Amino acid sequence: MRNFYLIFKKELKSYFASPIAYVVITMFLILTGYFFYNSFALFSTISFQATVNPMLAKQVGLLNITESVVRPLFGNISVILLLMVPLLTMRLFSEEKKSGTIELLLTYPVTDMQVLLGKFLSCMAVFAIMIALTALYPVLLIVFGQPETGPILTGYIGLFFVGASFVSLGIFASSLTENQIIAATVAFGLLLLFWMISFSASLAGQTFGDILSYISITTHFEGFAKGVVDTEDIVYYLLFITLFLFLTLRILESKKWRG
Amino acid sequence: MIEVENLTKYYGNYYALKGVTFSVAKGEILGFLGPNGAGKTTTMRILTCFFPATGGKARVAGFDVFEEPLEVRKRIGYLPENVPLYKDITVEDYLEFAAGIKGVARRDVKNAVTKVMDECVLTDVAYKFIGELSKGYRQRVGLAQALVNDPEVLILDEPTIGLDPRQIIEIRKLIKNLAGRRTIILSTHILPEVSMTCQRVVIINEGKVIAVDTPQNLTAKVQGASRFLVKIDGPSQDVMKELRAINGVERVTRRDEYGNNGVGEYVVEAIKDRDIKRNIAPVIVNKGWALLELRPQEMSLEDIFVKLVTKE
Repeated sequence: MRNFYLIFKKELKSYFASPIAYVVITMFLILTGYFFYNSFALFSTISFQATVNPMLAKQVGLLNITESVVRPLFGNISVILLLMVPLLTMRLFSEEKKSGTIELLLTYPVTDMQVLLGKFLSCMAVFAIMIALTALYPVLLIVFGQPETGPILTGYIGLFFVGASFVSLGIFASSLTENQIIAATVAFGLLLLFWMISFSASLAGQTFGDILSYISITTHFEGFAKGVVDTEDIVYYLLFITLFLFLTLRILESKKWRG
Repeated sequence: MIEVENLTKYYGNYYALKGVTFSVAKGEILGFLGPNGAGKTTTMRILTCFFPATGGKARVAGFDVFEEPLEVRKRIGYLPENVPLYKDITVEDYLEFAAGIKGVARRDVKNAVTKVMDECVLTDVAYKFIGELSKGYRQRVGLAQALVNDPEVLILDEPTIGLDPRQIIEIRKLIKNLAGRRTIILSTHILPEVSMTCQRVVIINEGKVIAVDTPQNLTAKVQGASRFLVKIDGPSQDVMKELRAINGVERVTRRDEYGNNGVGEYVVEAIKDRDIKRNIAPVIVNKGWALLELRPQEMSLEDIFVKLVTKE
């Protein structure tokens, strides 16, 4: 427990000792803020127009702040996370491999599991800070409108699971290589694939199509953004996270039998 | 303290170690000597449980490196070659991290770090980032992290590489001071280092141990005949003639740049197993020449090393 905490603390410190965390968080907030501004501004424009145009007002959904601002907001945040999380995870093992510090780390009396969880949770902590800062957007919505709070809460729960999945896959990619660019590229590529894989569901046969859309990260996030917490979705994310953390552990262990 | 038995390691088809066997007693400093690529680092990585061997057994402080790696790791301090350290963390933070992770009790961490920074002369740079430090300081941070939990066994992979001469002397002194309570394995390809710091030497080449002995014994074993260096002020021709005439002398050669007037250096080689120590000085003194210097010319570890390695 103590080893895990020490690694966690050290990793968190180095996130903030280098500019990485600051740059990633700043860019993330600029992008999400931009998308939020656009959908909020569009919503208020439409609202004004609706006061003079009754036809517009009848269109279902347009004048629902949850439907037209909150849901797109979570959708956008999750896409931007897809771009940003690989940049947070890429250094976790790659840098240690490249600089050789992994040799010292793994000859300290720590288990691979403690190392992995320390790194995973330190990255999750940065992720949590990043997400917590976006809370400003819903707060603005609550101040100037009347959104439902339910979907906002479930949206954040969903983001948390999505983020943890991204981080676990990112760490896995980082454990594969000593090159940070390759780690980021692999993580980004795989995440995008998991994101888009449901696109081909309609082309595949019935069973295979179902499987493809079940695998996709997007399918499982939609519910959360709508305000629905489905255990099936939670199980999916937990499986996803466990799978990639498990694979990373195997990669770390593989140095024992690889020639 | 350390027992290594018939250790082998393959990297794919490449044999890095082909059956290495040696042992180190408690409190001993063992020099691990060999050319680059001989298998020194591989052996050390196995001993520190970084990766396991393909075959053979290794025990450190009574624990098998494969069966109980965590117990072994608790008892060793390891300084890898090239001293890999985190750059984006201060010296003090890093040493506290190392102390904690190596199991120093929470309330003792501060003390242990202060003590080790004192020992390794790091107090001045305690709040600097490791990335900003010079090579000499980084080496000392590396040593400090190895020492911070007061381990029974120290494994140092080329601890003086890349340092300037003054730093090398400092590090050697530090290592010598550490001996006694601790068992130390020290790898190097710099030979004088071994004769200066180690009590026993393991010479390894191409994954095999080719000699284990004290530096003195090794010298004696490999050296054939005894040789002396004599510095004499006298006419060169006559001096050579007289020296050659001494009973038991095999060969005399002149090796200096003084010219012919007066002072000259000569190497006198004895016939194998003949003792000529006592015979040289009287001859010269009797002739009335000045004897400026007379000393045995020992074979250096360099010579031994080359001899052993090329014998293979």
